[in-house]
Amino acid sequence: MAGIGHPVAEGNGRGYLAERGWRSWAFTLDHKRIGAMYLWSTIFFFLVGGVFALLLRLELLSPQTRYFSNHAYNVFFTLHGAMMIFLFIIPAIPSGLGNFFIPLHVGARDVAFPRLNLASYWVFVAGFLVIIGSLVAPMDTGWTFYTPYSAKSAAAVTTLSLGLFLIGMSSILTGLNFIVTIHKLRAPGMTWHRMPLFIWGMYATSIIQVIATPVVGVTFLLLAAERLLGVGFYDPAKGGDPVLFQHFFWFYSHPVVYVMILPAMGIISEVIPVFSRKPIFGYKAIAYSSLAIAFIGFLVWGHHMFTSGMSPLANAIFSFLTFFVAVPTAVKVFNWIATLYKGSITFESPMLYALTFIFLFAVGGLTGPFLGALATNVQLHDTYFVVAHFHYTMMGGTVMGFFAGLHYWFPKMTGKMLNEKIARLAWALVFIGFNVTFFTMFIVGTRGMPRRYAEYIPKFHTENVISTIGSAVLAVGILVMCWNFLQGLRKGAPAPADPWRALSLEWRAASPPETENFHEIPVVTEWPYSYGTPKS
Amino acid sequence: MSGTSTEHHDPAVAFESAKLGLWTFLATEVLLFGALFTAYTVFRMKYPELFRVEHAKLDRVLGAVNTVVLITSSFTVVLGVDAIKRGKTRLLEVCYGATILLAAVFLCVKYVEYAAKFHHGLYPRTNLFFSLYFVMTGLHGIHVLLGMGLLSYVIVLSRRGRLSASYYTPAEMSGLYWHFVDLVWIYLFPLLYLLG
Amino acid sequence: MDNVLAFGAASSQAGRVDALFLVIALIGGFFFFLTQGILIYFAVKYRRRLPDRDNVTPSITGNPLLEFLWILIPSLVVVGIFYYGWRVYADQRIYVAGATEVHVNARQWMYEIKYPDGRTAINEIRVPAGKPVRFILSAADVLHGFYLPDFRVKMDMIPGRVTTLWVQPDRPGSYQIYCTVYCGTGHSNMLARLIVMPPREYAGWVERGGREGGEAGAKEPLHERGERVVKGAGCLNCHAVEGKEKIGPNFRGLFGSKVPLEGGTSVTADEEYFRESIVDPGAKVVKGYPNVMPTYKTSMPPDDVRAAVEYLKTLK
Repeated sequence: MAGIGHPVAEGNGRGYLAERGWRSWAFTLDHKRIGAMYLWSTIFFFLVGGVFALLLRLELLSPQTRYFSNHAYNVFFTLHGAMMIFLFIIPAIPSGLGNFFIPLHVGARDVAFPRLNLASYWVFVAGFLVIIGSLVAPMDTGWTFYTPYSAKSAAAVTTLSLGLFLIGMSSILTGLNFIVTIHKLRAPGMTWHRMPLFIWGMYATSIIQVIATPVVGVTFLLLAAERLLGVGFYDPAKGGDPVLFQHFFWFYSHPVVYVMILPAMGIISEVIPVFSRKPIFGYKAIAYSSLAIAFIGFLVWGHHMFTSGMSPLANAIFSFLTFFVAVPTAVKVFNWIATLYKGSITFESPMLYALTFIFLFAVGGLTGPFLGALATNVQLHDTYFVVAHFHYTMMGGTVMGFFAGLHYWFPKMTGKMLNEKIARLAWALVFIGFNVTFFTMFIVGTRGMPRRYAEYIPKFHTENVISTIGSAVLAVGILVMCWNFLQGLRKGAPAPADPWRALSLEWRAASPPETENFHEIPVVTEWPYSYGTPKS
Repeated sequence: MSGTSTEHHDPAVAFESAKLGLWTFLATEVLLFGALFTAYTVFRMKYPELFRVEHAKLDRVLGAVNTVVLITSSFTVVLGVDAIKRGKTRLLEVCYGATILLAAVFLCVKYVEYAAKFHHGLYPRTNLFFSLYFVMTGLHGIHVLLGMGLLSYVIVLSRRGRLSASYYTPAEMSGLYWHFVDLVWIYLFPLLYLLG
Repeated sequence: MDNVLAFGAASSQAGRVDALFLVIALIGGFFFFLTQGILIYFAVKYRRRLPDRDNVTPSITGNPLLEFLWILIPSLVVVGIFYYGWRVYADQRIYVAGATEVHVNARQWMYEIKYPDGRTAINEIRVPAGKPVRFILSAADVLHGFYLPDFRVKMDMIPGRVTTLWVQPDRPGSYQIYCTVYCGTGHSNMLARLIVMPPREYAGWVERGGREGGEAGAKEPLHERGERVVKGAGCLNCHAVEGKEKIGPNFRGLFGSKVPLEGGTSVTADEEYFRESIVDPGAKVVKGYPNVMPTYKTSMPPDDVRAAVEYLKTLK
């Protein structure tokens, strides 16, 4: 296998981006172009979802509603949640960065089913167009769509259900493609234990996507059936059970948080060794912990429903299992920190975001036990404590991991380097803004402030004002980061094939890669973490 | 179309990939129907009397006929796949044609059943048993229809000379899908029609 | 009553939840500062010293003993936390004999209270201190929640089902009740109070027929009584007196005005219109407003209806 600094391919500068015209994008079979289209789409929805968040924080500056009606506020938090979850955070790393880099990482020319890949993108587009269509009668159910409210709501719930069904199909097709790609298309010599950890993470993610998503598909199908055909699975008047909706919904929606976090953790496992110049510590532990998280993650959905009237025994079982998902997660954190030991650490933007991930995800993760323990869950459920917990894990975790991946792989995807100084400025604003926005929510949540409240009682006023100020700083940081990306695209310095002196196979391809990725499929003779040996 | 065709140069890898892909897809279908079977179990345990009374209103004869029809159609599919493995495209087309025909019979019988139910005022909204009956058999029926489309596509491919003894992946994959559709019915039939 | 962590717990049960919270916080804090402290320490200590040359880095790839330890120790810790959480929770679910049962039925957007002796109330529950109370919870339309943060308890209210919750209020006071399951436009206005009275005061209140306010006697002016009724019956959850409108029309200036109705007709807002709107709100729906107001026919006595109308008349 080629060592550092000896790329297998040097491109003509444009690589996979050479061919122009909308048809070359709309009908492309190139996983890199499909990944890029997903990235543009998901980042767009991240920004739109973020705008809704800022509107919420604006309204929450005052205890009584001032700028918007209660109904408008309720629509905003529904759209914020639904867009962020279904149109951004689930697809962004897997379908965006995953599509781009999985074939490169395993030394293949493309995914197993390139046409299915293109189909998955267009199904995604169809899904979000339908969802946008549902805005004629916007949802105010919350992103969780609990029945009976969602079944009775005058909003376009049926349309939205169809849109989400399509988004789910896109997710399943992507996961299916990745599973087959990872099993069947690895380069010669790449055994399972020579795969990059990003691939292990994506493999576990794809398994979850494939198994969990159909269930939420049926959940929404039955909701649509209740509205259209009058079936009564969730309707107490017909003998149905509104809590059945919650069971079906969370059977998917809990594992899906691992779809969100595992790819980000994969990115962290890639970045830390490169910027510490040391092999990853505990490769097998990290690899298998991804599978353990995926497996245990399917068994704990009831912890979203401890106050829904489930029997104490059921609650106890779910609580017990919930705690065990923390163990493989903690294992990863310990191994990443151990990787830093006696390293040679530099703090370029990918590493800043990776270290930030570990820090903020630790906060999010360590606030989990409060919610997993039954007695404290009863107090904290449906309060801002939960909102803080999942923003620390999803934004402090996944989004920071996503930013790390974008900064790390920007040179490879675009052939240009980012301005490091601006990147670090943006990082600082994001870090400060994020913590100010969300840490206060732990406090008001502990004091009893319920979530999804357009109006709140005055004793929560101060923390809400502080949180809103934080959100403004966070927004500025994100805008600076986006501006930096656009500037990089237009006038970034040309990037070498391997600017970070990294060992995984994508750095053996040109920056940006040629359409066929590698002139010759590489033969792999060792794992991609041989830093710290005389060779590096 | 832009982008190089990234079809794998090694047909064995391509075939293995297609098989793994299809089995993974079938896993998703198991979960899809599994959620409905879970709903069935939940409500059956909650309302045993309702299920006992209502299930008797289903036509067991028609249900049995459909079961035989579908099992036969799986048999014709097997014959078809076997045919193309021996390079016999014409026989494949005949067998798959027969499968599509049997599928159409299945759907016609379902139409007759549904019409009869509506005639007697039994709709999806009538009670939980019929909600389950219509939703589960309806979703299954959609899968039968999609299967008919797939099988037709395979026939088209064969007519265009694209299938042979060395390349029959579409035939085998659609055959596997068809067996799954059959299998779901094998579970649906006793659960809905027979269990008292 | 504010309550941060261990302060302001309104029952000994709640105090136990606070103790658990503190223990989890200490354990979490310990692991956080340990791991992140080491992270920051390593990041600083092992930073690259020379700008264009790496430090010499050893090729350490793992340590099986460490892996074993940091799987075992967290596992033991989480099992411990689970067990502690389970024990405190289990006590919450065991019912104490002799508890007073209060029925609470939620509907968009209010709580209808019914006491064992048949008295009813809206959005306010009164109980004596020192005796356990069991709430029998139900919901009329969609999911709602019943959250008593001071007592550290919460339970969902589910249409078609009955759920229960018990507390032992030891300290007199007025405690906030929130709806915590999103239920529509008025969700954040769906507030109530649990008023725990010293036993003697409670007995006096019951004797007076369960009238709120304690001091009010037969000599209270009708419109003053009406103001109490309107404030207590949840009307202000959906109607503002003035200013920014909520779900229904504002009250100020309503009496005597011409009200356009759905269906094209209009009506003058007189006493009869007010009375009918309280007991049969769907009869005349104001144009442009949703027909979501619940009826007070069974929950508001005719005297209170009259008083409420008199109060609304004063809002010029």
